[in-house]
Amino acid sequence: MENILLKDNVTGLESYFAAGGYKALKKALAMKPADLIEEVKKSGLRGRGGAGFPTGLKWSFVPKDAEGPRYLVCNADEGEPGTFKDRELILRNPHALIEGMAIAARAIGAGTGYIYIRGEFVAEARALEKAAAEARAKGFIGGNMLGSGSDFELYLHRGAGAYICGEETALLESLEGFKGQPRLKPPFPAVKGLFGGPTVINNVETLASVPAIIDKGGAWYAAIGAGKSTGTKLFCVSGPVNKPGVYELPLGAAFRELLEKTCGGLKPGKKLKAVIPGGSSTPVLTAEEAWAVKLDYESLAAAGSMLGSGGVIVIDESQCMVKLLQVLARFYHHESCGQCTPCREGCGWIEKIMDRLESGKGSPKDIDTLYSVAEGMTGRTICPLADAMAMPVMSFVKKFRSEFEAHAAGKCCPPEAPVKH
Amino acid sequence: MSFKITEEFRAKADKLRARYPRPDAALIPLLHELQREAGYVPEEGMDELARLLGLPYSRVKAVVTFYTMFDREPVGKYHLQLCRNISCHMAGAPDLLAHLKRALGIDEGETTKDGLFTLSTVECLGACGSAPVMQVNDGYFEKLDTAKLDALLDDLRHGRVVPGGR
Repeated sequence: MENILLKDNVTGLESYFAAGGYKALKKALAMKPADLIEEVKKSGLRGRGGAGFPTGLKWSFVPKDAEGPRYLVCNADEGEPGTFKDRELILRNPHALIEGMAIAARAIGAGTGYIYIRGEFVAEARALEKAAAEARAKGFIGGNMLGSGSDFELYLHRGAGAYICGEETALLESLEGFKGQPRLKPPFPAVKGLFGGPTVINNVETLASVPAIIDKGGAWYAAIGAGKSTGTKLFCVSGPVNKPGVYELPLGAAFRELLEKTCGGLKPGKKLKAVIPGGSSTPVLTAEEAWAVKLDYESLAAAGSMLGSGGVIVIDESQCMVKLLQVLARFYHHESCGQCTPCREGCGWIEKIMDRLESGKGSPKDIDTLYSVAEGMTGRTICPLADAMAMPVMSFVKKFRSEFEAHAAGKCCPPEAPVKH
Repeated sequence: MSFKITEEFRAKADKLRARYPRPDAALIPLLHELQREAGYVPEEGMDELARLLGLPYSRVKAVVTFYTMFDREPVGKYHLQLCRNISCHMAGAPDLLAHLKRALGIDEGETTKDGLFTLSTVECLGACGSAPVMQVNDGYFEKLDTAKLDALLDDLRHGRVVPGGR
């Protein structure tokens, strides 16, 4: 099937327009906001940042009678390890995002939008600035969009290096000029979000999917995919495969197809050991589980993991699972914002225990402690970062326990050689 | 180093503040701007910025220390930031780190004596499909190996590459 998001030669406005771009916006500006929301609901589109919440439903939570300014925020704070799709989408098809935002703004009645992009994405921010300027010059965004009477001012806002700002309320705090510490919910952002106004926050890929839905209809989009997992999804494949990269496939595609056909299989001599299917926070699958799984929200949940962001991390037999979990523990401990005790302390203890096991100084008791610390973090914090640490810990220990036991018995993989200057 | 807010900076600040209904939302964009001008975020800069935005110094300091991209100490002309997360790790980041330490004669967090290079490790840069990845100033360098690293260091030393994004 034809790609909806990753298209060739649509980077500039001229070429995007020639390929039918901004047709959907014109159509949307002639539609009632409620009908736009209805169309997106009909499409079955779900949030592509990781949580998979139905997009139309999220939009409908903005109170119709709310007074004062409303905001649309695009979450381009891509930082979930193993995920690099929004970057690719921004560089290849920036106008799909801008058009999607203009349509979403119309649907929820937002006059101002912000794209919160991670600070490290300098080239990507430049590409978006350029595309937004092109769209503004043609009257697609800005005051009185295409003569519709609706205004939509769009600004780019760069983050400054904090994984937690990908969590939507931490992102709002950051956008307001504070430390990125998640907010208690309720109130939910749709009611009280950015600067206290009703706010919808959507991922880059989610918003970029909107123009095609409005152009061709929700029913058309819903016919793509599998069951409640409608449409296409960007999968980011990293690890020892022949053709790593970002690929667009209909939801429900088999993992086997993605790995063997799309990515050209594992590199010569490599054998599959495990797969983290949806970014580093999602539970790991064994090779056997992965070979059998389909890539959609329901199938991955049934397999005990999650579709997440679509960041498919391929792990081969030469890798040590204890070492890899140590790498992840260091990451989550570093990124915990420190607000909730179970996360701040739990991530720290998990890192310490992983360091001990990895250096050969651990004991068999450490393995159970690791698991129980992770269990104690789950569902007890303001935001899901604690769970994002706990899920890999619990799944790694459960599925690759023998490797942890070997480390606890002192049979660990060779430590990194000290560097001589 | 002392930092003084210039008229030019003030004009930029006014423009940035106009993007938000609350002017203090411009704090992070202005810190980026300050770091671009001064090379890092000096104490005096935080003080001046707090005054400019009418914020307590503690608010500015809290933000500066929370986010990893703000350097509170001067860094070298080229800030080498090697990703150490899972995909880059599997693709050989530990070997590249050891190689960089040897080639530059410095440890993580240190700057070479000539002031050219600062070496850091960072978490996921969001470019895992072309691991291992290193960010140098504003640019990404991808699919690295030790030979490419050596060539890159050489190019940087001789000014043949200006890392400013793709």
